[in-house]
Amino acid sequence: MGRITLEKVTKSFGDVQVIPPLDLEINDGEFVVFVGPSGCGKSTLLRLIAGLEDVTSGTISIDGNDATSVPPAKRGLAMVFQSYALYPHMSVRKNIAFPMRMAGLDQAEQNRRIESAAKALNLTDYLDRRPGQLSGGQRQRVAIGRAIVREPAAFLFDEPLSNLDAALRVGMRLEISELHNRLATTMVYVTHDQVEAMTMADKIVVLRAGNIEQVGSPLELYREPRNTFVAGFIGSPKMNLIEGAEAAKHDATTIGVRPEHISVSAAEGLWEGTVGVSEHLGSDTFFHVHGTGLADAITVRAGGEVHMRHGDKIFLTPDPEKIHRFDQNGLRIG
Amino acid sequence: MARSVTPRRKALNTLIAWAAGLLIFFPILWTILTSFKTEAQAIAAPPIFLNFDWTLENYAIVQERSDYMRFLWNSVIIAGGSTILGIIVAVPAAWSMAFVPSKRTKDILLWMLSTKMLPAVGVLYPIYLMFIQLGLLDSRIGLVVVLMLINLPIIVWMLYTYFREIPGEILEAARMDGASLKAEILYVLTPMAVPGIASTILLNFILAWNEAFWTLNLTAVNAAPLTAFIASYSSPEGLFFAKLSAASTMAIAPILILGWFSQKQLVRGLTFGAVK
Repeated sequence: MGRITLEKVTKSFGDVQVIPPLDLEINDGEFVVFVGPSGCGKSTLLRLIAGLEDVTSGTISIDGNDATSVPPAKRGLAMVFQSYALYPHMSVRKNIAFPMRMAGLDQAEQNRRIESAAKALNLTDYLDRRPGQLSGGQRQRVAIGRAIVREPAAFLFDEPLSNLDAALRVGMRLEISELHNRLATTMVYVTHDQVEAMTMADKIVVLRAGNIEQVGSPLELYREPRNTFVAGFIGSPKMNLIEGAEAAKHDATTIGVRPEHISVSAAEGLWEGTVGVSEHLGSDTFFHVHGTGLADAITVRAGGEVHMRHGDKIFLTPDPEKIHRFDQNGLRIG
Repeated sequence: MARSVTPRRKALNTLIAWAAGLLIFFPILWTILTSFKTEAQAIAAPPIFLNFDWTLENYAIVQERSDYMRFLWNSVIIAGGSTILGIIVAVPAAWSMAFVPSKRTKDILLWMLSTKMLPAVGVLYPIYLMFIQLGLLDSRIGLVVVLMLINLPIIVWMLYTYFREIPGEILEAARMDGASLKAEILYVLTPMAVPGIASTILLNFILAWNEAFWTLNLTAVNAAPLTAFIASYSSPEGLFFAKLSAASTMAIAPILILGWFSQKQLVRGLTFGAVK
């Protein structure tokens, strides 16, 4: 079980309030991702749940029990840190065994769980090594192993992949998703990378300056961003946000169109501009179009076989069904 | 561009280094040499460097006149005891200052250090009177406590610097893993801090071993350590330099040997934090 409820939780450091009153419900077995730009309070929020920081006011309950003043050791949660935070003086085996040793589990049970975690995480050959003798990816797996063996109510991940190189990050992302499917335990995952959020989450919590901007499934956020911040943050490349006369035509202050919802032509279209930088990814090509009079640059996605050079004339047509409208406060209309 | 070092330059540097080293070591060398001279040769003018009649006579007399082993044993107990006690007090203190600092932590650290700036003689009277009342004069336990207190600021400072180098996330991980405060200090912090604690112990042991002011003022016979043993050879009936030197050599020999074998730890301890 791992249902976590935050009610009117606030956190201040001195006079600075980093988390204004916030309510959040994390259901049992859910994979929840906190995402937002750096300094948005997502790590602080995770540390409040972990108990590593005390809330200034409000309550945190785990499975219906008030855990607000319960020390981290007693909350039954496991955490994976960005720096892995392995015990450098202990072998991999002892690192993984540490939480069980603290819980006073008998040796046979400890060994059974170590073996099974090591097998699941491909660590069997490294059990007697020290963390210093492992690569970054292996260290991260040890940290995850140390979390698994506790059989916690929920896993907390604090930007666990940001110290890994790109290829490894994709691999570990899959492994963590796989792990979630297998264990069906609640996972709370903090990242600033919206791709990680989109690919892993059941539910995304978008944060800005400690405020929850929107909570929803990845596709809900993608299809119906509640405001311009979420619209710009979720999706890659970013949604084009257009103000002025073009927006007024749609009875809005701002309209948003995703790069993938604009069709490209060399001959005709609604908007006209010139090609700036083009990024060829093989499967897709992204053109940054200038001189449309709508915004500094409009990003559009075209097929990988579309070739246009810097300075070429280009015509763009947005899909009218996929235009997002926002009012003068940046909030979604309709 | 890396600085190029010519062989001549290198030789000069080596020479200067040796000269400086010898200059610092000279008083100890001279003490050791004097301990092998006769009393007459010890005060000869001009001084004799190596060309004297080497004799072990002084050592024999010193051994005969005083019980070296008793002084040695007292030194070991006082230096060892005060070091162990100091570490027991300082580890939790340094832990809390390094990992849960408050607004006043820096002030407390500075205040602790400031007590080292007070000349020891300033508190001789109150401490002496307290010792009389508590019946601690000339007792090893009394000296253990006083030397512990005297060196505590240094122990706390050294441990504090070491602990600061330990990533806080590792301790947080231990907390998440269900470790109590005791388990956290015992199984995670201490093993990681062992090199730091070892250098602190070593340095503090040496400081306590060489401490002369309190050991001379608060002991007479029973608890007298090696510092008192040396002092007993500078007597009012005249200075016997050769015997004094022999006593000194015997007193510093154990700590010199200990220091020699733990050079690496000591240097690391003293320069810690300066370079990463």
